[in-house]
Amino acid sequence: MTATVPRPGPTRSFRRRLWRLAETVTTPVLPSDYLDLVAPLRAGADLRGRIVAVHPETPDAATLLIQPGRSWRGHVPGQYVRLGVDVDGVRQWRAYSVTSAPGRRAEPITVTVKAIPDGVVSNHLVRRITSGTIVQLDQARGDFVLPERVPSRVLFLTAGSGITPVAGMLRSGALAGSDVVLVHSAPTAVDVVFGAELRGLAERGAIRLIERHTEVEGLLDVAELDTLVPDHLERETWACGPLGLLDAAEEHWSARGHAARLHTERFRPTVITAGDGGTVTFTRSSVTVAAAGGTPLLDAGENAGVLMPSGCRMGICFGCVLPLRQGAVRDLRNGQLTTALPGDGVRVQTCVSAAAGPCELEI
Amino acid sequence: MTVMQKKAENPIAHLTAEDIETLGKELDAIRERVIASRGERDAAYIRKVISTQRKLEISSRVVLLFSLFPPAWIVGTAGLSVAKILENMEIGHNVLHGQWDWMRDPKIHSTSWEWDHVAPADQWKQSHNELHHRYTNVVGKDNDLGYGIMRVDEDQPWHPAHLGQPVYNFLNACFFEYGIAAYDLDLGNKLKNGGHKDPEFRTRLRAVGRKIRRQFLKDYLLFPVLSGPSFLHTLAANFTANLIRNLWSHSVIMCGHFPEGVETFEKTSIEGETRGEWYVRQMLGSANISGSRLMHIMTGNLSFQIEHHLFPDLPSNRYQEIAPEVRALFDRYGLKYTTGSLPRQVFSAWKKVFRLALPNRRQPTAPATPLDDSADRPTQALVPA
Repeated sequence: MTATVPRPGPTRSFRRRLWRLAETVTTPVLPSDYLDLVAPLRAGADLRGRIVAVHPETPDAATLLIQPGRSWRGHVPGQYVRLGVDVDGVRQWRAYSVTSAPGRRAEPITVTVKAIPDGVVSNHLVRRITSGTIVQLDQARGDFVLPERVPSRVLFLTAGSGITPVAGMLRSGALAGSDVVLVHSAPTAVDVVFGAELRGLAERGAIRLIERHTEVEGLLDVAELDTLVPDHLERETWACGPLGLLDAAEEHWSARGHAARLHTERFRPTVITAGDGGTVTFTRSSVTVAAAGGTPLLDAGENAGVLMPSGCRMGICFGCVLPLRQGAVRDLRNGQLTTALPGDGVRVQTCVSAAAGPCELEI
Repeated sequence: MTVMQKKAENPIAHLTAEDIETLGKELDAIRERVIASRGERDAAYIRKVISTQRKLEISSRVVLLFSLFPPAWIVGTAGLSVAKILENMEIGHNVLHGQWDWMRDPKIHSTSWEWDHVAPADQWKQSHNELHHRYTNVVGKDNDLGYGIMRVDEDQPWHPAHLGQPVYNFLNACFFEYGIAAYDLDLGNKLKNGGHKDPEFRTRLRAVGRKIRRQFLKDYLLFPVLSGPSFLHTLAANFTANLIRNLWSHSVIMCGHFPEGVETFEKTSIEGETRGEWYVRQMLGSANISGSRLMHIMTGNLSFQIEHHLFPDLPSNRYQEIAPEVRALFDRYGLKYTTGSLPRQVFSAWKKVFRLALPNRRQPTAPATPLDDSADRPTQALVPA
């Protein structure tokens, strides 16, 4: 029943027609919804990965070996990957540095996760996830990477799980010809993620390793670098760790006029703090209004002239659901907070949700 | 102030405004508890149902490629009927209610789901979730009461056209999905009042047209063609599966609001309605179906219509769990929990369709047979402190 198309690209056109035919066969769902049942990692599927193994690293960190789907485009050492994992039935997205060296596309990648206190996702990944689990993935992203011409002198300034993007760089072999110093902070020696591997590199002379065990020696003062690594300002520096360390490093490097040599990675660029009421931005309508903590987002939007979808206005029909791009909202029925960062894919019922801090709705 | 003053026997006359609000708070507490405990088990349940449904559908359709052979026809048609019922009832209806939105899975979400039905999901969501669930059983506001073609309550005015309603109801049952699509479009009113020229209506009509075309292409052209020599047999099998699905869902849905014992409400009764009063209206305006676990799944847990109407957005697998608590509340507050087996409730609903095809008798009589198996029990002295 399909007409023959002589040019151009008959094969592609034929495949497209075949796919359209398959869509007609599987309507109202898509052929991929059926294929996902048997081959969730196939080429062309939404990017996912399968947990192949979980290796404990320290008492509260573990490395996950993940086989990405065929659509995975690879990564550059230092980049992160966003992982969507179902915790208590709810999909949660978090970013983790890829810690494996770039390999062939079909090879598994690793991420190393440190459980943070009360961390919903990190604790799940470190303590509960089992091999065989399918997780959602995004392509690797981030510009915390080595330049194409690798500098001859390098300093890594890391703390806690901040070692993870650096581990990817060290393992890639790209730094083989460089003079590398690593200053790493962790509470104690056993808490050093990849401790044995780093000490091994230091023994072989591949890097100079300065471990700082903060429980005994106290937090590192960036000014101490003057004595620890006297030439640190002449080195290209990559820093990753808690915000306090990064802020101090940025101040230190700028104060001495070498800000361009410092590259930082902040894992939590936006911290969502819940309050009572806040400014609501309706992104596509380019409208921003201040809304009280008791005003439904639906009313706030309508009062500002935004064409809001609406329904029963009592929380039962789900006709008003919109994506919450980022921010925090409170359910007016039970006070429950929902927070979102870009990419989390959180949707909220605007008729029973009020702003709990600044938030952005996609409409 | 409350809802049914006009009835000869007001079923909530014994409740004070305060009682009703306390009852509302108790129901809120049940809801909060379920929400706080939603988790992995529930997510695994819906994913299991969806994957089972898809596997059943695809294998039934494969079997039907050989529908020339009678055993293949029978097995394939039975499997496809069950798959279509699961898809509409336990999956489609409930996903479109937002029962699974909390999982944040974009593939199982009320805003992205489309179902195996000629009514487009967004139109159905509007007429069902927004109108029916909000105005449940309010005469003149909830068009689910007789779908605008039938008289299913004494308070609805009689018209000679209602004489034919047993026939309309049977036809509606056979082609239920088209009935729902027409109903979501408000087709009858639009044709009568010239609203069919309204551009918004025409857009909606085109959307229904596209949906019907896709459904037809799949069931009545593509799969029959793929069946080669079994063309006509597969076509008949698909028609039969759609018919069985339509008859089944129509029966289940009739049992939700039409059986004897279910109350209806006047338009004026919901002015300034409180949360507690809204709950009471849902309690008295719905009826359950008793049966086995399989039967509950096949009805999409609409056999717990009362629980569903109280909490339309709770995951369907939880209705059965909270039903004993909800029923205990009915008992404590002296309200009637209408329930019965499927045959009994279907019979009761059909009886009403026949009875109300005729004008009201001068003095409306109470139903002759008690339909609630709890009716024999002495009514309790009501309401806790």
